[in-house]
Amino acid sequence: MRKVYMDYAAGMPLDPRVFKAMKPYFTENYGNPSSAHSFGANAKNALMKSRERVACLVGAEKPEEVIFTSGGTESNNLAIKGVAYRNKEKGNHIITTTIEHMSVINICKHLQKQGFEISYLPVGKEGMVDPERVKDEIHDKTVMISVLYANGEIGTIQSIEEIGRIAHESQVYFHVDAVAAAGKIPINVDGEHIDLLSVSSNDMYGPKGVGALYIRKGTRIQPVIQGGGQERGVRSGTENIPGIVGMGRAAEIAKEEMAAEGKRLSQLRDKLIMGVLETIERSYLNGHPTQVSSGSACTSKTLEPSHVLLAIGLAHEEAHGSLVFTMGKQNSEEDVDYVLETLPGVVKRLRAISPLTPKEMLR
Amino acid sequence: MYSKKVMDHFMNPRNMGEIPDADGVGTVGNPVCGDLMSVYIKVKDNRLEDVKFKTFGCGAAIATSSMITELAKGKTIEDALEITRKDVADSLDGLPPVKMHCSNLAADALHAAIEDYRKKKEAEK
Repeated sequence: MRKVYMDYAAGMPLDPRVFKAMKPYFTENYGNPSSAHSFGANAKNALMKSRERVACLVGAEKPEEVIFTSGGTESNNLAIKGVAYRNKEKGNHIITTTIEHMSVINICKHLQKQGFEISYLPVGKEGMVDPERVKDEIHDKTVMISVLYANGEIGTIQSIEEIGRIAHESQVYFHVDAVAAAGKIPINVDGEHIDLLSVSSNDMYGPKGVGALYIRKGTRIQPVIQGGGQERGVRSGTENIPGIVGMGRAAEIAKEEMAAEGKRLSQLRDKLIMGVLETIERSYLNGHPTQVSSGSACTSKTLEPSHVLLAIGLAHEEAHGSLVFTMGKQNSEEDVDYVLETLPGVVKRLRAISPLTPKEMLR
Repeated sequence: MYSKKVMDHFMNPRNMGEIPDADGVGTVGNPVCGDLMSVYIKVKDNRLEDVKFKTFGCGAAIATSSMITELAKGKTIEDALEITRKDVADSLDGLPPVKMHCSNLAADALHAAIEDYRKKKEAEK
């Protein structure tokens, strides 16, 4: 049986060029960037270069505005808790949406228990947040708006620039979870008025266990992890140099190849969507047909239906009957053809087994 | 990951379908939870002459449904009531821990079908 991997949103292979860049930092250049000797200087230099590369990917003006973390989840924790705690005297209200990544949702729930007020804005059928709703929700106690750039399950890309402008005009911090978007679509933190932006390395063919948070200069934030004062005191702990070097290289490659790879994947995606809709009776697309990583989802980790699919108005059985396909670098047109050949039979079989299938569909 | 037996029952489910004139039907689970299964039984001389199922759910839900039909078929009502969730999971060489609760409903569905059969018989008297 042929094996086809179409779960890139969950995990993806390391780019061999990234692996190559990382290798010397495990065994040869093992210095600590905080050390004053040449080993330390070597590591510090590598750290600086990676910072520049990540800054360049997200359009940050100054590399110092990029802080390395252990991944997207930590970046979200630092951004939301760090700003909420530091600006307590200013207000306790945070605006977010119902289709955020679980890390954002659970951080907000945690803050709620501590007396913060959280607004979870609903989304439309295609998963879009209405910027006007965001504007209406702002009041004098609002300190932050947190919205995800692109949703990894339904592919919807939010009107970030518009929401950013609203946040900017209201002088409210704007955090964007860009884990699913970074490296796939162009991001410009300045043009989009973003104050904090979470990115993850393993969502752009880099190593797992590394991420970054862009923090606009002047943002009032307090650390979540205290210690030796690394990363300008915002994120202590000896820097994961091999991982950071990998993320830097991954960011560099992503920036170079984004346009061409995006075009290639869009074609494969459209072929897959059209093929499924044509060959499978009563199939439909969750989310937005014209955007990045379309598909839909089933969360097999928890058995719970996807909160994102419920948020866009699907019934529980529809959410459970959904399937997500996320493609990436190693997928070819042959993979799509194979899925299109095989999937109708699989769906037919499962429908025959299901007691929910209407009788007239089982001729 | 699923055991070989789970995969076999998932890919080649036994006794799949409905029994139009079933003597008892048991439906458990719900679409909210993601697993819904119906077990149909035909009873003759206090024995389960035929057992069939229909399931909406994951591979484990389908495999456990398929397995319960094999375990129950030919058994007396009393013996069939003795079949537990653990028996089903053991017969499949185990289930992933996350699937033990939600997707292992087949024994419950069988018991519900027997309950339904008994109620119907009671009503006939």
